[in-house]
Amino acid sequence: MRRLLYLAPVALFGVLALFFLKGLTMNPRDIPSVLINRPVPEMNLAPLPGRGEDTGLATADLKGRVSLVNIYGSWCIACVQEHPFLVKIKQMGIVPIHGIDWRDDPAEGAKWLKKHGDPYDRVGVDPAPGRTAIDFGVTGAPETFVVDKAGIIRYKHIGPVNQDVWDNTLLPIIKELSK
Amino acid sequence: MKRLAIALMLLTAAPAWAADPSEMLKDPVLEKKAEDLGHELRCLVCQNESIEDSNADLARDLRVIVRERIAKGETPDQVKQYVVDRYGDYVLLKPPFKVTTLVLWLGPFALLLLGGFAAFAVFRRRGTAAGQPQAAPLSAEEKRRLDAMLKDNGQ
Repeated sequence: MRRLLYLAPVALFGVLALFFLKGLTMNPRDIPSVLINRPVPEMNLAPLPGRGEDTGLATADLKGRVSLVNIYGSWCIACVQEHPFLVKIKQMGIVPIHGIDWRDDPAEGAKWLKKHGDPYDRVGVDPAPGRTAIDFGVTGAPETFVVDKAGIIRYKHIGPVNQDVWDNTLLPIIKELSK
Repeated sequence: MKRLAIALMLLTAAPAWAADPSEMLKDPVLEKKAEDLGHELRCLVCQNESIEDSNADLARDLRVIVRERIAKGETPDQVKQYVVDRYGDYVLLKPPFKVTTLVLWLGPFALLLLGGFAAFAVFRRRGTAAGQPQAAPLSAEEKRRLDAMLKDNGQ
């Protein structure tokens, strides 16, 4: 019994070490979103210039079918990296992507889409101080939300979407929600 | 003269606030409320700075919105709730005391208590082991010899 007591500090160290080890593999940028399973925030964003019949992005536009909402900006470096894959998702035709041009000059946002390709169904402009982005709990760009048919946010991906994220995370969720 | 000038400049140099004057509310009472609240809110970009201290765009946006709401007459608690509704408890630099944070708040005290008990038990055992004379009483023969020695010494 006494000998077991001497092992207690070692055991305690072991438990702490496990916690710290787990901490090493976690990404501090992955902040759990409190908006999961909540309706898309109220919004009525103006359209980007030069996108034809696009009337911008409003809450009602996200009801009726599963969709993705992607936060981007012409100032955002990681968005350039992500963008070709968004174009690829559009070509697949599985799910519509809507864009929110965050903290951006609309003219710059439109120019950026001309240059890098335009994967979006609708685009809404959210100028500084980015009220809609804050309503979405956005911590940086790019971020991508999966919205279900009822207009409820079901998932949030922080950072660029790529093949790996699409295959292993987004597509399974979209398939499940589309049933 | 030059040294004096430099010293004066250093003395009068104000710390650089992230909230630039154009963001500040005109009413100093409301501005103070907004600043105090801002110091409790985490910047989501830099993560270990408050939105008052951070230069990130998102922190700036939140400062502006905090001030807007304070100016509209909302209490700091209402504004705090607005931010927590969007970013969760994570945004609070001082986590709230509730069931999910019980371990966080009480853990250190529990560990202190545990350590205290352990130390108490160890030291008490050690104390009794060393403090109690364990020698057996002298036998008659030993006593006689001791007395003899003491007598010899005295002479």
